[in-house]
Formats: sequence, C-alpha cells, structure tokens
Amino acid sequence: MNRVERAFENGKAFIPFVTAGDPDLETTEAIILAMAEAGADLIEIGIPFSDPIAEGIVIQEADVRALKSGTTTDRVFDMVRSLRDKTDIPLAFMTYINPIFVYGCERFIKTSKECGIDAIIVPDLPFEEKEEISDICKKHDIRLISLVAPTSHERISDIARDAEGFVYVVSSLGVTGVRSEIKTDIAEMVSLIKQAKDIPCAVGFGISTPEQAAKMASLSDGAIVGSAVERIIEKYGRNSVQPVADYVRKMADAVHSL
Amino acid sequence: MSKGKFGVHGGQYIPETLMNAVIELEQAYNKYKNDPVFNEELQTLFNEYAGRPSLLYYAEHMTRDLGGAKIYLKREDLNHTGSHKINNVIGQMLLARKMGKTRVIAETGAGQHGVATATVAALMGMKCEIYMGETDTERQALNVYRMELLGAKVHPVTSGTKTLKDAVNETMREWTARIEDTHYVLGSVMGPHPFPTIVRDFQSVISREIKSQMLEKEGRLPDAVIACVGGGSNAMGAFYNFIDDNNVRLIGCEAAGRGVDTGLTAATISKGSLGIFHGMKSYFCQDEFGQIAPVYSISAGLDYPGIGPEHAHLHDIGRAEYVPVTDDEAVDAFEYLSRIEGIIPAIESAHAVAYAKKLAPTMPKDKIIVINISGRGDKDVAAIARYRGIDIHE
Repeated sequence: MNRVERAFENGKAFIPFVTAGDPDLETTEAIILAMAEAGADLIEIGIPFSDPIAEGIVIQEADVRALKSGTTTDRVFDMVRSLRDKTDIPLAFMTYINPIFVYGCERFIKTSKECGIDAIIVPDLPFEEKEEISDICKKHDIRLISLVAPTSHERISDIARDAEGFVYVVSSLGVTGVRSEIKTDIAEMVSLIKQAKDIPCAVGFGISTPEQAAKMASLSDGAIVGSAVERIIEKYGRNSVQPVADYVRKMADAVHSL
Repeated sequence: MSKGKFGVHGGQYIPETLMNAVIELEQAYNKYKNDPVFNEELQTLFNEYAGRPSLLYYAEHMTRDLGGAKIYLKREDLNHTGSHKINNVIGQMLLARKMGKTRVIAETGAGQHGVATATVAALMGMKCEIYMGETDTERQALNVYRMELLGAKVHPVTSGTKTLKDAVNETMREWTARIEDTHYVLGSVMGPHPFPTIVRDFQSVISREIKSQMLEKEGRLPDAVIACVGGGSNAMGAFYNFIDDNNVRLIGCEAAGRGVDTGLTAATISKGSLGIFHGMKSYFCQDEFGQIAPVYSISAGLDYPGIGPEHAHLHDIGRAEYVPVTDDEAVDAFEYLSRIEGIIPAIESAHAVAYAKKLAPTMPKDKIIVINISGRGDKDVAAIARYRGIDIHE
C-alpha cells in the first residue's frame, strides 16, 4: 500500500505544506518532523520554482528565499532521504512541471520514489497534459494527484475517474493564499468527484484558521494548508519549528475532532 | 490529449482553474475564424481604425549604402498605436466581445501591447488592466502614461525580475482569480493553446500583405524576410504566409543583450533548452534544475526567457534561422535607420535592421530582403539617449 492511502484511513486528514529550503533545508527538515509529531497526516513538500504561477505572494516569497538559500532539486532529495530515516509519514512533492521535465521526468520520479516520496502534485499539469508523467508515476508507484477547481464543472468526472491517491479540491478562484471567506460550493464539488470515483478529497487554497479547516474537512476528507504555515516561517525563520508545530497541532486537532 | 502542438512544442500546461477558459476561447475562435461577418468586422477595423494595409517601402538609400540586396521595409510602425501589436489586439478583443467578456487584462513588456490593448478597450468600451514589470514601467514611463490616458489601470509588477516574464506570471494569476467576465489578451505567439495559433492568425495579415505588395512591386517573392523575435508575434506574422515558399529565407533576430556569452542576454534559441513554462513546451533560458533564468536586453519587448512554440518548431525543422543581435548592434541600427531613411524604428525592430545590415552586403543586387519594422521608436528615444550618455527628460 502506498503511504498516501494511509493518510485518510483514520478519519479526516490534516495536510500542511512547507517550501523546502525556506529559510534553509535543515530548518525544513526539523519543521517536517515537528509537523508529523504535531498530528499532520500527510505533508506536502514544495520544491521551490522561480516562477510559481499558481501561488500567491506568501509562497512566491518563500520560493525566492528558498532559492536564495541555495536549494536545488538534488538537495531536496537529500533532505527527504534523511527524513525517511526518522519518520514514516506520507510525503508528497508539490512543484511545477518545468523542474520535473528539465531534471528528466523518469529520473525525477524514480529518485523521488527512492527517497521515500509517495505522491506528487503539479499545479500546471492539467488533465490534458498529465501523460507527460502519469505512466512514469504509475511505474514507480508514485500517486499523481489531480486537482479540481471551482471552474472545472463538467470536467470533474473525467478528472476524478482517472484520479489516484486523493483529489486536491481547489477551494477558490485565484492563487494560493489566506482568505477570510471561502464561497465555493465545496460539497457540490466533492459530491461530483465521489459520483465518478470513490476517492478521498482534500480541500486547499485559502484555509488558515482551525474553524476554516474543520469546516472544509467536514465537507470533504481533509484540509490542506500552505500559506498560513509559510507566514509563520517568514516571521520566525530558523526559529519557526516550535511555532509551526503549535499551529499544526491546533489545526490537526480541529480536523481530527470531526 | 495534449492539444496545440507544433512538433514537440506547445500544449496547455496551465492550472486547472484556467482550463475551461482556454477551452471556451478555442471553441469561440473555431466558431468565428471562418465566419464572414466576424472577418468583415475584423477587416474593417484593420483598414478603418488601424490604418492597414501598412506600407511596403523600398529603402533606396539603405540599399545603395549597403551595396547588396534590395531592401524593403514593412511599415508596421505606421499602424495606429505604433506597432504590429494592434493586429492581434483587434482580433482577440472582437472575439472577447463575442464571448460576452466585458473586461480585458494583458501583460506588456515595452508597453506596445499594453497601449494597443488599452486603445482597443477604449474603442470597444471595455474595462482594461495592464500588468507591466516595474523595471519596464521605469524604462518605458511614457507608455505607462499613454495607457492611463486611454483609461487603463497599470499595475507595476514587483515580483521576480520585474520584467515581461513576471508581467505574464502576474496576468495569469489575475486571470485565475477572475475568469467569468475577463479575457486575457495575450500579446505574443506564446502561452497555452490556443493563444499561439490565434495570435499567429491575427498577425499573419503582415505576411499576407507583404506577399501581395511584393508581387505587385517586383512580380516575385522576396529572398529573405527578417524580423525581431522575443515571444515572436511580429516574426510569426511576417513569416507565416511564406512558410511553404521554401526559397524565402525566414530569419528571426533574438536579443543577445551584451552578448550571448556574457550571461546578460535574452537569446533563447542560442542559449536556451527545452522546457515547459507559461503554458507551453518550448525553448527557455533556464538552469540545470529548470529554474527560469533572469534575462537581459536593452529592449523591454524582447527581454523574455522563452520563445513561441511554433518558432521553436520552425527552428527544429530548419525552416527558419534564428540569429543573436547585441544591444550595441541594435542601437547602431536604430540610429542608422533614423538617419538614412528618416524612419525611427522601435529598438526591438532595430535588432532586425541590424542583422539586415550584415546580410544585405553579402547578397547580390538582384536579391530582395524584407525587414519587418514592427514598431516605431518614439518610445525608445529617451532610453537610447541614456545609452549614449545623454540625460534627457521625457
């Protein structure tokens, strides 16, 4: 069994995101271990990209800091190898198609698997282009996570039918980032997905408070939080391990209490 | 299934949120592209508003001075708003109106595409917001004011390298936030399908006119067509109707900046490698891990790390040649054409003039070169003065 499936086995899942290398890879590794300890069910590790077009300003700036600190794909792989000696938590890479393509799709996916990565999320690889890496992911038992957006409408069933691991439900229009309110009819999107395939759905984009996380998870199978974590790292830098752990515990508790 | 491929290039590598928007655009385009009423409206705006057809001018002094091939200039600089950009903007905005959109957004580098978009938005009564790298708002301050004068809101983009690439990032982000009433008027033959095809088709009026004007003046086709290439819209427009005419050399001039080996360059074909960015597979200036490289050119319009997918394909199959031209050569050509023909070209177009200056003397006098003068140089005068160490206030 791929570790991703395990993330949704015991009720609702809390899925935090962290940009690898912000402020440096040592801190990222410590943050990931602390998040696992604090109750995260799956952790998304962002490989920084120079031009993250699906990200709002918080993660854009995290990517800039990470690249400035000398983070490269190879060094992220090294960090994951080191992590895998210490934790068995499900891990997903989140990055753009260009870092994967230029590294070599086969080489990237194969190395990801060898390091202990379980899934991969590529926000600029829509259904029509997934063949770029989907067969390679299957071959190496990496779950290629599909995204569904508020604008997907009739595309949802096709996307869901082919989905594996879980479906990433994009809660709102626009880019990642904290929002005061999520207006999309999440229940309707989740219902369309589940009609096409019995697969867990996790909601991301715009979630920052325990109340929002609980609400989104109650409408689905989990909540994904990125920018709110990165805001803490932006503020505390190398000293962010404890504050991130405290935040993740609050969020995970809210989701798990459902 | 991947769509909009040119050989291995092209495709639709964009967030799911945008997929239905580009599908809707493709459907609308397929519906209207052969529609007689749509095409009549397009032609009327081309002729009555943009001032088409643009002249094909015999550059007699330049021809005599260089002593080789006969040189013609395709005068896209004479179009309304001063560049070829208006061709694509009129087409896309007619389409956007048919699709019921009431608001347009666009990226701009030098400001020419932004000015064209703001202009047609004013004409059609649509809301318009333009994203422009902060660095470019400084080097093209006059164009910022022009856009505002036309009623557009200009957003300086402060992320990344603060130039054209970042303006595209930000416009794409803005489009994901507001799709329902908004069309993204992409300014070049790049981005996700169907943009490279749509922009090429609307710009192909350039080569259609060159062909008929050349047949009328010379009774034959030219031997070479030369155009500058950033994303590549004016070049694609100037090349397109000659692609099947194998005797016509197609030459794209890339911005080499300080030189292709200096690191301060934007010459994608010379220095780039295959990648996937801004919705398309094509060649990009990037590092070994796929991080997009900062690029540099004196020309804000060519200061872009990629190239349109159809150009990448024409390069792969050897149908078009792509050559680097440095800042120095472009500035020399800018001044040369101003003095010898009384025509101030855009600094982008000056890259094509610079290569023609090298090529023409190597060709016999019975050969013919067409240079696409994609825009006029008024916008660049202050920057060129600064380049020459003269401090003038705009």
